[in-house]
Amino acid sequence: MRRLVVLGAGTAGTMVVNKLRHRLSREDWQISVVDSSDRHFYQPGYLFLPFGRYTPDQVVRPVRRYIPDGVDLVQGEVECVDPDAGEVRLTDGHRMPYDYLVIATGVEPRPDQTPGMLDPALWRRSIFDFYTYDGAVALADALPAFDGGRLVVHIVDMPIKCPVAPLEFTFLADAWLRERGLRHRVELVYATPLPGAFTKPIASARLGSMLADRDIVVEPDFLVERLDGPNLVSYDDRKIGFDLLVTVPLNMGAEYVARSGLGNELNLVPVDRSTLLSKAYPNIFALGDANDIPASKAGSVAHFSVEVFADNFVEHVRGQPMTGRFDGHANCFVESGGGKALLIDFNYDTEPLPGDYPLPGLGPFRLLEETRTNHLGKLAFRWMYWNLLLPGRPIPLPAHMSMTGKHTPHPK
Amino acid sequence: MPVTTIAGRDIHVDDEGFLTVYDEWDDDLAKQLAANIGIDLTDAHWKAIRFLREDYRAQGETPTIRRVSTVGGIPTKDLFTLFPNKPGKKMAYVAGLPKPHGCV
Repeated sequence: MRRLVVLGAGTAGTMVVNKLRHRLSREDWQISVVDSSDRHFYQPGYLFLPFGRYTPDQVVRPVRRYIPDGVDLVQGEVECVDPDAGEVRLTDGHRMPYDYLVIATGVEPRPDQTPGMLDPALWRRSIFDFYTYDGAVALADALPAFDGGRLVVHIVDMPIKCPVAPLEFTFLADAWLRERGLRHRVELVYATPLPGAFTKPIASARLGSMLADRDIVVEPDFLVERLDGPNLVSYDDRKIGFDLLVTVPLNMGAEYVARSGLGNELNLVPVDRSTLLSKAYPNIFALGDANDIPASKAGSVAHFSVEVFADNFVEHVRGQPMTGRFDGHANCFVESGGGKALLIDFNYDTEPLPGDYPLPGLGPFRLLEETRTNHLGKLAFRWMYWNLLLPGRPIPLPAHMSMTGKHTPHPK
Repeated sequence: MPVTTIAGRDIHVDDEGFLTVYDEWDDDLAKQLAANIGIDLTDAHWKAIRFLREDYRAQGETPTIRRVSTVGGIPTKDLFTLFPNKPGKKMAYVAGLPKPHGCV
């Protein structure tokens, strides 16, 4: 009997066990998945919680519901992985030997990594994060009381889960304040360590002009060193005071990754970007946010890479070369307020471009353009996530990026 | 791929002037690149540049500011002093490495 252990039953880990249970015979393979929580969160929904557009119960389901028959779900905290012994140890002393290991424990926001951020007088009073369920719910409680002053949306450092979410939050906050007649009393600031709204030039220009149109001040190249009371202070001594701060703390991989000697400086597992196989161990893969590939840490990347991984894994365990190559494909709706959204579709080599994104039945969606259809696509995705994506059912979205419909820039 | 002449030699660079061939770099070139962006190299600069060169050779990626700080042992604050305003970009430029790519 061969043993596959998957660490993390989030988006990537849950898809992995669903895809692989079909592909690996039950006589030959035992599959286990470990998670510390009994709740599975629809993380894209966190964006809508602070504005009361989603209720908490819409973004939480029991983990067990999405784990298929024939997969052991183990509730527990990982103490460490011993890659030489081929064994996972849990904090309760439980030992799980494995032949193959998938690390899918993602990243988590670490406000403790920025001095002053967890100031008890300010944390979750005037400093909020919305990348955790508790943070998004706390912000939903606090936001209605905010009626003026400086609202700063802030990113500590890249990479982060869903790099467009801070922009989306800013657009939604702008729209929310306008609806309540408060926008003129609020100075909205977007402080980012990037040189602009986004990294890739065409999308950055488009999103940057959307911020300017909304009177949102961008503070670029802002790398925070610490908080000094209600002020962000950068390494180059710029200071931004706030009445309300919505920050994205440093995102780091799980601590057990560091304890096991498997991670880089952010506890991310270095992998081959085409196969997601560890660069150090031929029987360890890292999927979803847990790895160090130069792609967005996004559910769509987890989804597309798991599609490629599942077939590759079957080849790999037979001793054959892996023939699938992940191209870094990401596909993200960007909510822009007022019931509209943009869509971006890109990969390692192709930046987000304007044009059409064809999708039979629902599309085409417009790329890099605000439309109502894109917004509806974003909302429809929650249903798809729970009912198609997690259970590993086919979704009519190709794993590899296609150039169909995209407008390529004129050659220089 | 554009070719430019720096310190009397033909050097391959990208559209923004970052070197594209690792082995075309040497110490003399670094001094010239630094001068191009108004930096006079001191020992402290060299420590950062040596780390960038070695880390790139081992990892195949230009290290981030955070990596130079946590793995290379040079505090971020110092990097902002040595390479003002945009240390990540400037260090990579002087060290003859590709522009650090923000992960979207």
